[in-house]
Amino acid sequence: MSEKFDVIVVGAGPAGTSCAYTCAKNGLKVLQIERGEYPGSKNVMGGVLYRKQMEEIIPEFWKEAPLERPVVEQRFWMMDKESVVTFGYKGLEWGVEPYNNFTVLRAPFDQWFAKKGIEQGVLLITETVVLECIVENGKVIGVRTDRPDGEVYADVVVLADGVNSLLGKQLGYHNEFRPDEVALTVMEVINLPKEKINDRFNLEDNQGCTIELFGDSTKGNLGTAFIYTNKESINIGVGTTLSSMIKAKLKPYDLLDYLKTHVMIKPFLEGGESAEYLAHLIPEGGYHSVPKVAGNGVLLVGDAAQLVNAIHREGSNMAMASGKMAAETIVEAKSRNDFSESTLNIYREKLYDSFIIKDLEKYKDAAHTFENHPQYFKDYVPMMNQAASKFFTVDGTSKREKQKQIMRSITGERGTLKVLQDMYRAWKAVK
Amino acid sequence: MSTKTIEEKQYLIRFKADKKSHLTVLDHDVCMTKCPDKICTIFCPAEVYKWEGLRMQVGYEGCHECGSCRIGCPYQNIKWEYPKGGHGIVFRLA
Repeated sequence: MSEKFDVIVVGAGPAGTSCAYTCAKNGLKVLQIERGEYPGSKNVMGGVLYRKQMEEIIPEFWKEAPLERPVVEQRFWMMDKESVVTFGYKGLEWGVEPYNNFTVLRAPFDQWFAKKGIEQGVLLITETVVLECIVENGKVIGVRTDRPDGEVYADVVVLADGVNSLLGKQLGYHNEFRPDEVALTVMEVINLPKEKINDRFNLEDNQGCTIELFGDSTKGNLGTAFIYTNKESINIGVGTTLSSMIKAKLKPYDLLDYLKTHVMIKPFLEGGESAEYLAHLIPEGGYHSVPKVAGNGVLLVGDAAQLVNAIHREGSNMAMASGKMAAETIVEAKSRNDFSESTLNIYREKLYDSFIIKDLEKYKDAAHTFENHPQYFKDYVPMMNQAASKFFTVDGTSKREKQKQIMRSITGERGTLKVLQDMYRAWKAVK
Repeated sequence: MSTKTIEEKQYLIRFKADKKSHLTVLDHDVCMTKCPDKICTIFCPAEVYKWEGLRMQVGYEGCHECGSCRIGCPYQNIKWEYPKGGHGIVFRLA
């Protein structure tokens, strides 16, 4: 079988399916290869899907896609051992069309999305691993799979093979990632009756809430935890950079259980039934870790291209947007009948001109800064909690005196100059 | 009930294990002589790796295919491949 396609897409996650869908819609002959039993069976996400980038591929997708709840409230928790400083935003405009984002369960969602691609003419083959790209005269001309006689050819191969992108590594587009470029995240789906979720999170049936947790949620290590509400379940997860996990000798599932039994969290989960446990890596190297994304006959999209904005928990939206840009580039390349790197670099230009690389560039030093200066998660979160406790406890001390005491305790612990340096450094990293 | 141990967590998941391991410890002596922490036995989210005094036991059947061991092994001593097509972990929900 040496059938030739216009495009071979490796992987059926959000990046791969966006690309395959858009290519097929434009009349190209597309083969999509997925190693799992079905699309989504190997894919993991905390659970927030942004409307904007999905809508640009399938307008009004929310009318038919298997979604959980539109998110109307986003909370942020700075958590200490027995306290929490919270802020957030709840807005009912997010609960009506066109919505801002949704919680989703990826296995059903990815299957639905891939089916939309099939309806456009994509040939999807599951249970098939792509072992390597076939390279001839410096050009990728196809892939070798683990099927008998499993070589297939195409003008362009799109690598949407996820965070581990062994294929990108095979081509020499990136080296093995370092432990500080990936976050190891574990999560559980915990079933709870709808009424309980609505009551505990102050929601109506078709409203969702997300909580991002910092501080003691990772025992002060560089990372975050999250709680997302589905229709009749909660996703609760926690992750830190793999390097932090190694340095602190943390077992990820112990950290998850620490979170689940935390006095601030436990009441949310009371009576819940665990339904699934999942582990996954998130590419968090950011701007500096983005590999070469276009070569002769090949493009890299989504996690395989390290397109994740960890600070804003955006990833699947970048995956979709990059998949679409890759598809548009391939359509253009097809019309020129030129699949060389110089033509496929249109994709690179689109990517670097879009919010994706602009946002990664904005935060290019953030991960590095927080990795090398653990005080932000370890020291400042507890300090914020102590300050709030002191300020809001009525004990006969005047408010002005309280402010003085708080300032003294913060600068006293670290020194005024150090505190100012820390503030400046953090501002510079995210400005 | 909500799970309390890694064993309980692993029971929640469907696996379609291949007969052959997709994870290979290249040199068990490296684990023994160079790696006092046996750090993969700690950070692996599925407790795939267990040190048995002389060699590393690899319970690949319960692997989440996350890739942490390949990246996190301080001696690049783990050969990491994808399981054969259609095999390995099968996530049903998230």
